[in-house]
Amino acid sequence: MNDILSILINHSPALIVAVPLFGAFLTPLVGMINDKIRNIFVIFITLLTGFFTVILVNEVFTNGIKTYCFGAENPSVNPVVRIFFEIDGMSAFMALIAVILPIVAVIYSWGFAKEETGQSKYYTLILLMTAGILGMVLTGDMFNFFVFLEITSISSAALVAFWTNKKNSVQAAFKYIVISSIGALMVLFAVAIFYGQYNALNMAVIANNIGFGFLDKIALVVLIAALTMKAAIAPMHMWLPDAYSGAPSPVTVVIVGTTLASLYGVFRVVFTIYGKQFLTILRSFGDFAVTPSLLIGVFIVVLAVLTIVIGVFMALKSNDFKRMIGYAAVAEIGYMILAVGSAISTYFIPTGTTTVTMAEHGKMALTGGIFHMINDALDIGLLFLVAGAVYYATKETSLNKLGGLSRKMKYTTVFFLIGLFAVSGLPPMNGFASKLIIYQSTYQVNPILAIVAILCSIMLLAVFVKVFHSAFLGPEISSTKNVKEVPKSMLIAMGILAALIIFFGLFPEFVITNIVEPAKNALLNSSEYISAILGGV
Amino acid sequence: MLDQIISTFETGSGFWNPLVWLTALVIAFLIIYIVRGFGKREYKKGTDQTQAFLSGNPEYEKDKMHVKANNVYWGFTESLKSVYNFFGKMHTGNVSDYVLWFVIIMGILFLIFGVI
Repeated sequence: MNDILSILINHSPALIVAVPLFGAFLTPLVGMINDKIRNIFVIFITLLTGFFTVILVNEVFTNGIKTYCFGAENPSVNPVVRIFFEIDGMSAFMALIAVILPIVAVIYSWGFAKEETGQSKYYTLILLMTAGILGMVLTGDMFNFFVFLEITSISSAALVAFWTNKKNSVQAAFKYIVISSIGALMVLFAVAIFYGQYNALNMAVIANNIGFGFLDKIALVVLIAALTMKAAIAPMHMWLPDAYSGAPSPVTVVIVGTTLASLYGVFRVVFTIYGKQFLTILRSFGDFAVTPSLLIGVFIVVLAVLTIVIGVFMALKSNDFKRMIGYAAVAEIGYMILAVGSAISTYFIPTGTTTVTMAEHGKMALTGGIFHMINDALDIGLLFLVAGAVYYATKETSLNKLGGLSRKMKYTTVFFLIGLFAVSGLPPMNGFASKLIIYQSTYQVNPILAIVAILCSIMLLAVFVKVFHSAFLGPEISSTKNVKEVPKSMLIAMGILAALIIFFGLFPEFVITNIVEPAKNALLNSSEYISAILGGV
Repeated sequence: MLDQIISTFETGSGFWNPLVWLTALVIAFLIIYIVRGFGKREYKKGTDQTQAFLSGNPEYEKDKMHVKANNVYWGFTESLKSVYNFFGKMHTGNVSDYVLWFVIIMGILFLIFGVI
């Protein structure tokens, strides 16, 4: 028994990607037998992926970084040309997010997509997207990262266009694939620069050899620009409300994972690959030194404020339920990068020009930013599922045509309220805990940042109060007279996310200590990531 | 394990314990409930007492009584029209413009890092 478990643990990095990948290609074949069997098969595949993810995450959090080499029994010979998966705390944290969302999405889809045609293709693409996201967050190889990014982009674009009879969906998919292709092309360009410069594709090897010369700067700029666009950071966020609102709701939930995986890519590039160069002094003005960390940190903070403000303002004006959540999702991404930008600009400062206290605030900001990533996935995911439930019941997403739904959809209303409280950062939900850390730590960097963040969070509450009033409150209106509560599978899926939100909200210390802290430590200690490959083989 | 689950979270500048907050909330609701008990008991369901009173005007149909999403926060969006016009111009829905923003950001990054 122990032997089997140790084999599973050893091969879990490969199995996590292989299971959904093979599951994706088997789904159409299983679908030929029976729809019900196919649905059970897809749920089984996602749960099996979840099982392997949990044992891998447990292994990483217990024993530290895990490396997995493909194509060689003994990887000690020339690690530069081998394909490695390298899973540290941050990768494990992201894998958890990446696996929760598809599980919820496929359970939800059982009820949501039962009337749709082409369900086998739908589930195939969802599993492909899952494999892509998991590959992106587990790989330790830059070219591999590009390949998984492409898999994710193509499958998600196809899923955004799933409702081919809807003009908005097809348009959104076209925009999404254009943006994704440009982003992926830029990533490939950066990979080529790395390969030309260092004769390596492995992230740890590149990170070990990297300098801050002309080509390194070009690669850094190209990677940051491309991945921040894929992560929907303003002003490159505009594809997100289009894609999120055009796709079926369960698909949107998985695409949230894609967006976060791109954000993970930014973190991996900035912290791990360029981490050693953070303190290179580019210019000095007296005692004041300009370092890459300062430039990147300030740039990210500026974009973060822009992202939060644009996201919230546009959400407040929007009258389409899903589009509104899309803009709220943009604002939420802003909160994450606000924390991370603050962390970079305060933690990585040349010795003597900062204080221990500031460095501690930087670390805390990073904790808040990472904690907010999983909270955002749960909160925004739940709200999209609620929007999907409302669409399923009424065939309507325009808030102007909705009203009085709480009379007919009691459970959905409760789930919406949980999502509303969470995304607006109201206690005792999870969003409050992470936003509290972000407010307090960014206040130490600059009080104006914290003030903007708090005001925008209040506006976010106003945004969802508008939804609550327009769609759920008020008298029963004629167009929603025959509305019924959604099927059980959809309620179960929403219930899973709501339960996680409440658990994360009530026990933040437990979550932070066990899941967030290892991720934060992994980002701050790039040398461990490097030595796991170069020192361990 | 249980100690870890229910422990107070230190934020660096303060602390947060949702369980304490929930307990306080429950106590507050209990006090409200007790105070509510001192109120008058003249409410009768289904009588004229429960009808909406609109300054003596007849009540509109239910559909028309509901304030639509378009009208919610009208004052806010109207007073910030210039801001919304600016944001509106940004969001053209044209994918070429989306790519243009990407090029602009990449250009700014090139300038910041002194590549150009």
